[in-house]
Amino acid sequence: MPPRHRAMRFVAWAIWVVIAAAPAQAQEPPAIPGGGTTADHSKFPALKGPFSSGPEVTQACLSCHTEAGDQVMHTLHWSWDYTHPETGQKLGKANVINSFCGNVGSNEARCTSCHAGYGWTDVREPPPADPTRVDCLACHDRSGQYAKQDDLAGHPPLDPVRAGAKTITGADAKPVDLAKAAQSVGEPGRENCGNCHFYGGGGDNVKHGDLSSALVRPDLATDVHMSPEGGNFTCQTCHVTEDHRVAGSRYDVEAKDIVDAHLLGQPRDTATCESCHGNRPHAATPAGMKLNDHTDRVACQTCHIPSFARGGVATKTLWDWSTAGKLKDGKPFSEDGFTQSDGQHLHTYLSTKGNFEWAENVVPFYGWFNGTVEYTTADTVFDPSLPVEINRLEGSASDPDARIWPFKQMIGRQAFDTERNVLLHSQVYGPQTDTAFWTNFDWSKALQVAADYMGTGYSGKFDFVDTRMYWPITHMVAPADDALKCGACHRPQGRMAGITGLYIPGTGLPPGGILGLAILAMAVAGVAGHGLLRLLGRKDKGNHHG
Amino acid sequence: MAERKVLVYTRFNRLWHWSQATSILILLFTGLRIMGLHGVLTFGTAVTIHSIVAVALMLLWVFTAFWLMTTGAWRQFAPRRAGLWQVARFYAWGVFRGEDHPYRKVLRRRHNPLQALAYLALKVLLFPAVFLSGIAYLGYTFWDHLDPSGWAIWAVANIHILAAFAIAAFVVAHVYLLTIGHGFREHVKPMVTGFEDIDLTPEQEAYLAAEEPGRLKA
Repeated sequence: MPPRHRAMRFVAWAIWVVIAAAPAQAQEPPAIPGGGTTADHSKFPALKGPFSSGPEVTQACLSCHTEAGDQVMHTLHWSWDYTHPETGQKLGKANVINSFCGNVGSNEARCTSCHAGYGWTDVREPPPADPTRVDCLACHDRSGQYAKQDDLAGHPPLDPVRAGAKTITGADAKPVDLAKAAQSVGEPGRENCGNCHFYGGGGDNVKHGDLSSALVRPDLATDVHMSPEGGNFTCQTCHVTEDHRVAGSRYDVEAKDIVDAHLLGQPRDTATCESCHGNRPHAATPAGMKLNDHTDRVACQTCHIPSFARGGVATKTLWDWSTAGKLKDGKPFSEDGFTQSDGQHLHTYLSTKGNFEWAENVVPFYGWFNGTVEYTTADTVFDPSLPVEINRLEGSASDPDARIWPFKQMIGRQAFDTERNVLLHSQVYGPQTDTAFWTNFDWSKALQVAADYMGTGYSGKFDFVDTRMYWPITHMVAPADDALKCGACHRPQGRMAGITGLYIPGTGLPPGGILGLAILAMAVAGVAGHGLLRLLGRKDKGNHHG
Repeated sequence: MAERKVLVYTRFNRLWHWSQATSILILLFTGLRIMGLHGVLTFGTAVTIHSIVAVALMLLWVFTAFWLMTTGAWRQFAPRRAGLWQVARFYAWGVFRGEDHPYRKVLRRRHNPLQALAYLALKVLLFPAVFLSGIAYLGYTFWDHLDPSGWAIWAVANIHILAAFAIAAFVVAHVYLLTIGHGFREHVKPMVTGFEDIDLTPEQEAYLAAEEPGRLKA
């Protein structure tokens, strides 16, 4: 092609591009701003900063959201104090003893690092009665760089960050840009809730078993609702929130939710499967109708969460405090005896905490549950010869409000008062003290100072008692194809082997079956005997009849 | 009296017998699976087949009950004492000594008295026990609130299983008895072709020849 032609072709092409592009630009409407909200928080003068502390940010938030602080201060996220409506027990994080790190009292700056506020340093008193001490950013930061340091009673790491400091997720603490966080705020994402709730008990998935960092961006097989390939739910899609009150409770669980089928999918102040799926969610096929007949006695989770700690993050299944405190050459040491599916090694012994066991893809423990749990609190007397149930599940087959639920059963061994037969508080955290266990490895000091702090009696004599704690499994719902098949339970020694008070076909022959088999056996033996006699008779008589 | 081959099992009669037989075998097989006595099929598949076949069989029984009542065929099963002792004695004694079966089939009674009594027991005791308990089981969701302890469903299940095993015992005896006399093939044949050797009175023979020639084989 001669150069002149080539130039002409280029000009023609350029003209075509301009003509083609121009009308498209003219027709394109301007983009709608705001991305689903009416406010772009980066444009607010109040949020320009600079901020030198968390409460300063909160103060700026409250200049528009005037009631938000007060609302949060009415919630369990703030109070950590809960009086059970059925049992009257005083529960909540500030009061209970669990089988993980034990108790908050006397360990505050460490434990309250996950409090939805700033600077709660004594849980014997309510959190500071000051709305600016509410931590808005923990839930609403969308910049991804906000964090809470693990030993500052809820405050974020700010410049200069102490060397070696960690955040509540165990990551290295980096200075937080508060202005950037403040300007980023939005609806909480999975990681906002997860920064505390995925790391309960001192690490990823340690406590719940069904709440781990695997749920930040889960694949479909790990959580059909939260997976971006599935429903892409955030936590509050189910944990419906009103006035900052979040639906759902582990103390008073909605174990059986009878819903009006006409109101399915409507936002309700409850976090049950049934609020969207109803009580008869399976198709009207013969198998589906049979499955629907199960829903009054079997929780959805029992079949639809075939195992927990899925998605590659293990959960702690045993914690034996009694072996804690061993030292090598006067120094604490650790053993990493468990290898997670991603190759990560997890502690199986720490001088500070004792022995652990871990597991992935765990088959749940199943039990009757009507939603009420009764705690073994610091003043509940027990029989130390039996495992102590830290939170006893209420419900049985004869309780119409109870259903069969899946649980993580946590096996523990914890300090108790051998004279009074009650659980003991312990002070484990306190780097500056000469009493805290993690610093001094002396149980008698750690137990005495905690008892004094909490104002409970202590005989001075302690030992360790076996404990069991139950965590309802309700997250990590699997795709329908992965749900348990009938035969998982309807077989001898199946998953319902520990369930009593219920007739479960296929688990063993009932009396009618044993009697029936005997009748059938007699019939077979009868005709066999009859036939034999006929055969003998025929030989004798040589008759073709008979 | 002349022995003639007479159509005594009508087409519906045979359809009823064989579909019932098939259904019962399927129900026994899947029922045993549900109880965990064998592992062919998954539990869910066994339950699905069991439920569908059970509903189909109950539907068949509704038609059969209607047919039995409207055609008067139910009289074949009415119990009577005449000849009962002789038949019982035959099975318990005579059969071993090569005696001939004492019962001669007549047009209005194609079953021997013991047979009729056994079928009647099956129809009024075992079948109702199994299908009433089955319906109760299948519809548990509609009355489970009346059974908070779960005792009633346990009882229903046990009745169902016990009745089912009794029916299985009947099947064993039923099939075995076909081997007595002229042999298995000869006994099964009438339920296939419909024709059975029947003692006819001259009047019956004349009537059938004139009015229902299709029921007589040359």
